[in-house]
Amino acid sequence: MKKYDAIVIGAGHNGLTNAAYLAKSGLAVAVLERNPYIGGATVSRELYPGWTYSNCSYVCSLLRPELARDLELPRHGLQVVPYGGGVTFKQDGDYYGNYYDHNRQYREMARHSKRDANAYERYSTDVMKQTRLIRPYLLQRPPDPSSLKPRDLRDLLGFARSFTGLGEEGLADTLKFWTKSVGDYLDEYFETDVIKAHLGGTGVIGTALGVYSPGTAYVLLHHYMGDVDGNVGSWGFARGGMGAVAAALAKSLQAFGGDIICDADVDRIVVSHGKVKGVALKNGDEYSADIVVSNLDPKRTFLDVMDASDLPADVVRKAENFKIRGSSGKLNIALDGLPTFNGLDKRSSLMLGDMHFTDSLERLERAYDDWKDETWSKDPYVDMLIPTQTDPTMAPPGKHMMTVFVQYAPPKINGGEWTDADKAGFEKSVIDQIAAHSPDFRDLILHCETRTPREIEAEAGLTEGNIFQGELTFDQLLFNRPFPGYAQYRGPVRGMYMCGSGTHPGGGVMAAPGANAAREILMDLRRPDIVPGGYADD
Amino acid sequence: MTERHDVILVGAGHNGLVCAHYLAKAGRKVLILDSGDNPGGAAATHEFAPGYSVSSCAQWLYQLHPQVRRDLELEKHGLELAAKDIASVLLDAAGQHLTVLGADVRGDQISAGDIAAYRAFHERTGKYAKLLAKVFAARPPKLVESNFTDRLSLIRLGLGLKMLGRDDMRDLMRIVLINIYDLMEENFDSPQLKALLSLDSVQGSHMGPRTPNTVFGYLYRRVGEVFGYQGVAQVKGGMGALGEAMAAAVRAQGVDIRLGARVNSIDMIGDRAGGVTLASGEHFTAELVVSNADPLTTLAGLVGYRNMETGMARRISQIRCRGAAARLHLALDGLPNFTGLNGQQLGQRLLIAPDMNYIERAFNAVKYSEISKAPVMDISIPTVHDPQCAPSGKHVLSATVQFAPFEPAGGWEAHRAGFTERLLNLLAEYAPGIREQVVASELLTPADLQRDYGMTGGHWHHGELSLDQVMMMRPFPGATQYASGIDGLYLCGAGAHPGGGVMGLAGRNAAREILRRGAVA
Amino acid sequence: MNAKSDQTMMLRTPFHSRVATACELNDWGSWKGYTTPRAYTDVELEYFAIRNAAGVFDLSPMNKYRIAGPDAQAYLNRLVTRDVSKVRVGRVGYTVWCNDAGQVMDDGTIFHLGENDYRICAYARAVDWLHWSALGFDVEIVDESDEVAALAVQGPTSCAALLAMGLEGLEQLKPFGLTSFPFEGETLMVSRTGFTGDLGYELWIAAHKAEALWDRLFEAGKPYLIKPFGSDALELARIETGFLQAGVDFLPAESAVRSGRSRSPFELGLAWLVALDKPVFNGRKALLREQAEGSRYRFAILDVEGNKPAHNAFILKGGNKVGTVTSAAWCPTAKSNIAFAQIEMPHGAVGEQLVAEVYYQRELHWTRVLAPCTVIDAPVFNPPRRRATPPGPF
Repeated sequence: MKKYDAIVIGAGHNGLTNAAYLAKSGLAVAVLERNPYIGGATVSRELYPGWTYSNCSYVCSLLRPELARDLELPRHGLQVVPYGGGVTFKQDGDYYGNYYDHNRQYREMARHSKRDANAYERYSTDVMKQTRLIRPYLLQRPPDPSSLKPRDLRDLLGFARSFTGLGEEGLADTLKFWTKSVGDYLDEYFETDVIKAHLGGTGVIGTALGVYSPGTAYVLLHHYMGDVDGNVGSWGFARGGMGAVAAALAKSLQAFGGDIICDADVDRIVVSHGKVKGVALKNGDEYSADIVVSNLDPKRTFLDVMDASDLPADVVRKAENFKIRGSSGKLNIALDGLPTFNGLDKRSSLMLGDMHFTDSLERLERAYDDWKDETWSKDPYVDMLIPTQTDPTMAPPGKHMMTVFVQYAPPKINGGEWTDADKAGFEKSVIDQIAAHSPDFRDLILHCETRTPREIEAEAGLTEGNIFQGELTFDQLLFNRPFPGYAQYRGPVRGMYMCGSGTHPGGGVMAAPGANAAREILMDLRRPDIVPGGYADD
Repeated sequence: MTERHDVILVGAGHNGLVCAHYLAKAGRKVLILDSGDNPGGAAATHEFAPGYSVSSCAQWLYQLHPQVRRDLELEKHGLELAAKDIASVLLDAAGQHLTVLGADVRGDQISAGDIAAYRAFHERTGKYAKLLAKVFAARPPKLVESNFTDRLSLIRLGLGLKMLGRDDMRDLMRIVLINIYDLMEENFDSPQLKALLSLDSVQGSHMGPRTPNTVFGYLYRRVGEVFGYQGVAQVKGGMGALGEAMAAAVRAQGVDIRLGARVNSIDMIGDRAGGVTLASGEHFTAELVVSNADPLTTLAGLVGYRNMETGMARRISQIRCRGAAARLHLALDGLPNFTGLNGQQLGQRLLIAPDMNYIERAFNAVKYSEISKAPVMDISIPTVHDPQCAPSGKHVLSATVQFAPFEPAGGWEAHRAGFTERLLNLLAEYAPGIREQVVASELLTPADLQRDYGMTGGHWHHGELSLDQVMMMRPFPGATQYASGIDGLYLCGAGAHPGGGVMGLAGRNAAREILRRGAVA
Repeated sequence: MNAKSDQTMMLRTPFHSRVATACELNDWGSWKGYTTPRAYTDVELEYFAIRNAAGVFDLSPMNKYRIAGPDAQAYLNRLVTRDVSKVRVGRVGYTVWCNDAGQVMDDGTIFHLGENDYRICAYARAVDWLHWSALGFDVEIVDESDEVAALAVQGPTSCAALLAMGLEGLEQLKPFGLTSFPFEGETLMVSRTGFTGDLGYELWIAAHKAEALWDRLFEAGKPYLIKPFGSDALELARIETGFLQAGVDFLPAESAVRSGRSRSPFELGLAWLVALDKPVFNGRKALLREQAEGSRYRFAILDVEGNKPAHNAFILKGGNKVGTVTSAAWCPTAKSNIAFAQIEMPHGAVGEQLVAEVYYQRELHWTRVLAPCTVIDAPVFNPPRRRATPPGPF
């Protein structure tokens, strides 16, 4: 039996981040990974010869720069390259494009509506206000409002101050923003369908909610609060694919002396007398450690690798009630060349960014109605990118790789498991939608990997294939994430911690949960806090 | 010469009457002006076919605050209940109904586990409703510019939360934001029970069971129990009788109520509201104007956007106020025959909503301004308890129908007959033969409700009761604690905290706030 | 390349062909996405063309909105802080407009073209706010920014040059007056307005006649030493004469992300533009409150010792920071070193002595100067010829 100071279950980006800080602090740490490769959903794989697929997460913005710098990820090979562009194709053959340059963006919007183009300036300001409010809390544990401990009271007071600093109406705006639907929010600013649809899609990405479900404005914020080199709201590619993030984290961890053990499928966390003792693998191997950190989602953590008899009853119930819903699927496609899109010049910079085909909030909402009826969206919302226009490393020269994130795909089809026929139907609905706007698309397809929630769950180990390890609804954010009373990374058993996206501040390849959890662990061990806080006044 | 009043109150709805009562009791001279022919606003009874009358807007009484009831001495002024402690019955086409009253649930298909689970659920949520009731009975505190009173109510709220105990406090903070659908799935197996409780959560709102913050809608309804109502009650003579009783109580305080007096505008004297002008051209001036009309009608319509600053006008124009409930009134030549229900049981609250997904699909339509293919119905046959509402031996059926948009594509006239037909067919699934009993029918769409009761969008609550439009955000940021954002003008209707339903608290809280501020000498 | 993407490319003003030829330095900037010259030949020479002869500035990128309809005056009176009823037909009024919090969103000019017919000329795009403000008013709002081309002709010979161009009777036009002339089948509108503090006019013409106007103007203006000038020379002139620049001296209120970064008209020294006796206008309630409770800041024009412009300087009092400079320049005509500053109350009263912490560089060597400065009561450039009607010949 091998002995470590700390074991981290799962080599996702948060597990690796967490382990890196524990190792940096001098602990003997091992990360156990079920798959033969690391990364979890932050992964790139060559599933077609010559093509690298970022087959789960596919773009990078939320990764906290404080952590990337502190863990020396650039030195370990990570390069995040921003991309511009983005376009929503309309059914009438026109499109709405997204430009980097502010004035050009204005003119493109004004082409559809001058009023919207002007309103967008106010919208950007208002969203930025909300973003600035939440960003300082990304690298902090959430305060517990039901606690009377001095640290919680102090944190709560600080939290309250940043809100009351907004003034009565400003605070009301914030509360409204956080409780409102993205559809209602956008309706307050804009009149043009395609502009609302272009902006609104991010309010539902990865969630089992529609654009008119209250709470989705916050999801929009969640996608907006990242930055690339200080440009808040912009997104980039990890050069070489998202696996490069995991690879750099792994190198950082190894440089601090940590171990990564692949093909190590954890059967259970061993608990004795209310204390963690280590973990047992499915193959019978055992590792002993006084600290075990789970990078798995809350359901897998508490209902799978932990024994109900080791847990308080309320935790089991809370884990059962935790909302983690499959809502999305993905197509990864190898292309023989760059496809042509109707109405768009082949050299257009718009193609460098996220491409969509849903030109109204109503279509987005109807796509959600299909999910509620337990079937994949017949007119899906896709977030499609061709990263090989920016990243020369992911496909042979002149060839391209396309990543298509698809919303909605339910965890079950009419109450049953996904069948291969369902998967084919899902794939067809997506390919048809793209082909309707790209005459040569179908002929360029060399290989297509289609992932329904079933595949995402099977490979990345995310329950129901939920990309955030739990819905980003308000009942599961901040001090409620994953559950009230357990939102500060400590589990219900001594020595047991959580560090996945199922904890604050949630998913999106931020690495913040992993870092925040490390801070709490080090505090419990009475070791110096080496985890950085956020940069001021971003 | 025009008469001088301390307060002009626009609208003789129940909240307006309650507000007038408290103001008059404190010695203020109040004039109420209302365009209708009867007092009560949406607490109304009307004759929709010769000899048949019905509560045409609100149909059940289940939230009227006991203090209001006592203070206005409504019983003395003629209020009589035809029935109380009325259970809710979720109809099953085969007659295997589910009945819920208070903490009890009965039915052929309900398991012992669900019965116990419901009892526990009812008790737990009852505690939350109690806390909510406390919040409802006071003005909403401001959070930033708070004064002593606000801080006191925040402390009370905080203490109330703490008093729940840590687990319940955490539970409340979690569930108050989520949807009823998930909460039902967490707690119960019975599709009928889940459907019944989710229907209560979306009554009168533009939400489906899957819409986050419908748990708040459920707790909102449960406040009625804290106010002493087991199930629902039925007012003798229809809800209009409540309006009449309130009017009598108010007149007894010396308040002047003028009916048939349509207010065209609230007039500004400088930058202060100082009077009103009627459609007849008549002017009235007063120290203070209080409006029982919804915020959009009051501020966009009667005051006018041009009399306020742009930011405020923008906020008002963005109040979400999309009514989604219609009313169906049927005159029947006999008691309908609902499968599995006997005569007296027909006097209960009968619900058509087989399961949560059914309600959700019914809601889907209205999101796109379409009419539900298979709508949800909340049915009352008032003549079971109150035979005077129809000719002898005849009956009235009234139903609140969800979901119906304010304006479907092509306009309501293109859909009115078809929708009525759809509803009759739906009813016939549960009450075979009812179609043949129909003597007359009336469908009031949200657009009709707007026209008849002046409610913008035909919305019962004078503005969606979603979390972004409650408490100090109701009716809109910048206007709270019953102030309207216009000096000299207060709001006392459902558009203000705590919201709609025949509760009377908005009116009472508004009066107290006006008096507390010394807004009128 | 299709038409759609053309529309999103960098824009050119209707004068571009002429401007490009004249712009010998090829020194371009972006003004709201329009290609505009920072300087044509030499900033110094361009500046002196304004002060000594006549300078011409292409101000076509300004946002121009037509406000017309039965409620136009009432609408504008609710929108802006000034009493618009006092701006008669044929007159122009400078004003600011605020949000509900009494914070300045922009400054600009209102042209009273005819009965219930106005044009607003603004720095920031305002279509959204103008439309929201139109709730409850019977007005039509048209964005004329692209349709109307505009030139400023500024300087002592400007009137003479324009008279030579055939604008008969222009000498009778008073400051802030408005008149028009036929021009090749279109109407040329001329206002006696400008951003230089000197005698000057602004010419407004349909975009398709822009080049013809430029040609006629420069032809007629030749003997009057007319010269185009770019944004750098304008910057000098406007600081010298005390004009605020939106986005530089204040942040348009609705684009402020951080609270407390916007300013009220009182805090910008523009109290004279606020007609608190009007019943309802945007910002009124907040401004009444501010008037009663006091402002946070004061706008000050500082006369700074020495000749080093106090760009971005902190303003100190007794060693403590009490303000910051928003604009600064050595003013060549007035021979003054002027800075605009936002000073925290109660500091910054006229006559008060303060210190500017100035950094300047000579041959890569940086020097810090603690330059004494004085709050002065008026701009340093304000010649009588600016107001004389009729103006002198030169």
